[in-house]
Amino acid sequence: MTDTLRQEPSLAGHDEGAVVSPEAESGLWSDAWKQLRRRPLFIISGVVIIVLLVMALFPSLFTSVDPTFQVLDRSGEAPNASSWFGRDLFGRDVYARAIYGAGPSLAVGLLASLGTVVVGSLAGLTMGYFRGLTDSVLSRIGEIFAGIPFVLGGIVILTSLNKPGEIVGSTRLIVQVVLTIVLLSWPLAMRIMRAAALASSQQDYVKAARALGAGPLRIMFRHMLPNCLAPVLVYGTIQLGVFIGAEATLSYLGIGLKDPVVSWGVMISEVQARIIQMPHALFFPAAFLVVTVLAFVMMGDALRDALDPRGR
Amino acid sequence: MTDAAPLLEVEDLRVEFGKGADTASVLNGVSYRVEAGETLAVLGESGSGKSVTAQTIMGILDTPPGRITGGAVRFKGEELLGADRERRRLLRGESMAMIFQDALSALNPVYTVGAQIAEQFRFRRGMSKKDAMVRAAELLDQVKIPNAKQRVKEYPHQFSGGMRQRAMIAMSLALDPELLIADEPTTALDVTVQAQIMELLDELRRERDMGMILITHDLGVVAEVADRIAVMYAGRIVEEADAATLYAHPAHPYTRGLMASVPRLDSSRGQLDPIPGLPPSLTNIPPGCPFHPRCAHADFRGRAPQSSVSGDRCRTELPLLRVLEDPAAGPEGHRAACHFAEQFVAASPEEVLTP
Amino acid sequence: MGRYTLRRLLQLVPVFLGTTLIIYYLVWGLSDDPFAGKCGQRECPAPYVATMTARLNLDDPVIVQWLKYLGGLLTGDFGRTFSGNEVSDLIANAAPVSFRLALVAVVVEIVIGITAGLVSGLRGRGYVDSLILVSTLFLISLPVFVTGLVVKQVLGVELGWIRTSVPPDPTILDLFVPGLVLGSLSMAFVARLTRTSLMENSRADFVRTAVAKGLSRRRVVLAHMLRTSLIPVVTFIGTDLGALMGGAVVTEGVFNIRGLGGLVFTGIQRQEQTQVVGVVALLVIIYLVVNLIVDLLYAVLDPRIRYD
Repeated sequence: MTDTLRQEPSLAGHDEGAVVSPEAESGLWSDAWKQLRRRPLFIISGVVIIVLLVMALFPSLFTSVDPTFQVLDRSGEAPNASSWFGRDLFGRDVYARAIYGAGPSLAVGLLASLGTVVVGSLAGLTMGYFRGLTDSVLSRIGEIFAGIPFVLGGIVILTSLNKPGEIVGSTRLIVQVVLTIVLLSWPLAMRIMRAAALASSQQDYVKAARALGAGPLRIMFRHMLPNCLAPVLVYGTIQLGVFIGAEATLSYLGIGLKDPVVSWGVMISEVQARIIQMPHALFFPAAFLVVTVLAFVMMGDALRDALDPRGR
Repeated sequence: MTDAAPLLEVEDLRVEFGKGADTASVLNGVSYRVEAGETLAVLGESGSGKSVTAQTIMGILDTPPGRITGGAVRFKGEELLGADRERRRLLRGESMAMIFQDALSALNPVYTVGAQIAEQFRFRRGMSKKDAMVRAAELLDQVKIPNAKQRVKEYPHQFSGGMRQRAMIAMSLALDPELLIADEPTTALDVTVQAQIMELLDELRRERDMGMILITHDLGVVAEVADRIAVMYAGRIVEEADAATLYAHPAHPYTRGLMASVPRLDSSRGQLDPIPGLPPSLTNIPPGCPFHPRCAHADFRGRAPQSSVSGDRCRTELPLLRVLEDPAAGPEGHRAACHFAEQFVAASPEEVLTP
Repeated sequence: MGRYTLRRLLQLVPVFLGTTLIIYYLVWGLSDDPFAGKCGQRECPAPYVATMTARLNLDDPVIVQWLKYLGGLLTGDFGRTFSGNEVSDLIANAAPVSFRLALVAVVVEIVIGITAGLVSGLRGRGYVDSLILVSTLFLISLPVFVTGLVVKQVLGVELGWIRTSVPPDPTILDLFVPGLVLGSLSMAFVARLTRTSLMENSRADFVRTAVAKGLSRRRVVLAHMLRTSLIPVVTFIGTDLGALMGGAVVTEGVFNIRGLGGLVFTGIQRQEQTQVVGVVALLVIIYLVVNLIVDLLYAVLDPRIRYD
């Protein structure tokens, strides 16, 4: 049926479809859900993400081994019956560390993605509503941050925040890494929201709300936001995965999370000089990392397909 | 002329979209013919299958999702549906050309108007780029675009709506086609511009003795230029006659409905009568006459004078397109697909409209 | 076109100023004592401190320091490190290596990415399409350092096909595998973008017009579908250059390439602020200039942009 609709754009009647009303939006979400339930990509990534969340919240369900417990004379042991994924340089159990690594990795991804979406959406919504000078000024500010290459910016920010050799608490480290990612990444979310907000502010229902005397906040959050949410949400989901990768990259470079915090990036960073002796200590955290990122990217992909009627 | 094969003949054309339970029967046996120099107007609501028929004739129907399940399309007697792709491509532009509704999206935004017209001269006639541009300018001049020499170098978005449609027409005429299919050529335009475009199309058709299929849902557009009119509903032709006959005594309630829903300056009655309801879903076409759920005459019980008309036949039996006895009709005759067409033909357009 | 170029050029100025100010402030403004640890365990000798303070304008407020630094940049003076090296010399040595690496990555991105996108987009749904979709998804999920470490381990250590460490003045050939690694992520994006764009355009009205005109399939695809579909791809490649330069830092680290990334790292380790600011400022300038070029290219490719 949808195909026929494409052939004859106004099969269902004449002037519908030009204006997406807020009511149509709830239809968009329930349609998307119906679509998603049948997509294997969505189901697989959903299951993986749930498992990861459980792993992050209750790591003790998966292992009873302390991830920081060192058995130095078993350093670099290959995978065996007692330690499935082998042991790292300090003789710690790689399996336990990979499980415990889910928490910080996911926390950074989740918080960074949330932060980026919130900051970017607020900025984008404001730009789409007020346009003109507000739009230009915020655009330039966004370009300033977008103009700093991510890894370089991360290096400069994180090394400036902490002096070399300084011991920093794990919570503070996580907060620093999250803020760094948000600071360098919000302009992208802003651009996406801005484009959607600009389009929606031209729609008749927004004009009508304006004519009825609704205030800017009410129009922005009650009328525009629900219609602009879909693309930013898709972006947020994909970025969640990407940010987990970003955390790992920063940790790999030695400027993100550090021991005693366990994250997949930290594990890879610790082993990088000795990959030849103990490839398993690289392989397992890398596999966890890739599967996690893949799950979120796939989820975002499935969401986009379901939420973007053009793709159907 | 009558002995030779007609310029274009469509016979019992059937097209489906989708599969399984979602199969939409978009064309359910469409037949019509067009002679050289003649304008056939194909009239109907959105979704009646007008455009799909045209795309099938041109060979530009997207398959999939579309699927031609039966029928024939003959151009000067040559069967096109089974013909090989290269043959069909060579017919496009050369023998038959098409104009689309929305010239802005139908023209490529990244090329100048001139380059898009010149394209056909270059790649179908092997002309040099320079000569092709000169010919493109001539064509723009022929469709009465002022300053044609400058405007060939401009992009579609720099043209006004009417000028864009003229450019589109110029493009379709580049290879001197014998058949021109205009798919809602004026729908996207202002009323004043609409008349100019129709006039231009009519003039070009006469000059070049082309056959023309004019697809529209606007009766007003048709009145001026059409020789014959075919009315489509739910993938079928429901009535066909020469323009004067159809206007004078329409034989199908749907045609009458269309006419009643058009505002007329000379109408004695001040009100319009829109056709109630919506066009049927093509995945689930009603049994019997597809129009019966919306037809004011399908159920007369106790309301109208013609008590002989019973509603049940309309619900169960599909009316076929048949030739009516209409003394006023032209040589092509008057055909309609309604069980009670004879009663309507005899009546004046207004008479039966209000049961 | 001239006015458009001028406007874009003017828009670059505040972005450049803002970016360098942020970097400058982070590197200089946040450190309390720039001489800490500079002279081994001892305090730095007073005359040295005095010369350096004067040369780096350390007595001025950060904003004035930054303005003076910008003034230097305009005359091509990137400043000198504490150890006395001209930053411009350091950059001149390292930049060609990094540029070669970036070149390999961009070529990989364009050639393989667009080809894969084309094949996938034109063939439509099927085996090849699914394969490309899955493999690009996989590449997108692989952080560059993981790809790099794995490639180095497998191709370098286990198979011995490549050197795990790139020579000091590497040729394009030496940089082929690192460039492939660096470009892999963007390559996947380019492939997907090309595919989506192509599929969207293949249903566009103007493509149907081109078919209705009786043009050959080849002409329809090349002149109408591809030409229009590549516009967003070109834009992406331009804006992606920032990420590419960031990734270059990581890739250079993995394969021991002595490029600009290495300069940033050693600069941070040795607390050579001038070196860090200099390299980052250079990369920002490159990024902005490339973006300008892409914007202008965009205007050439899409005439609708030119006249707004």
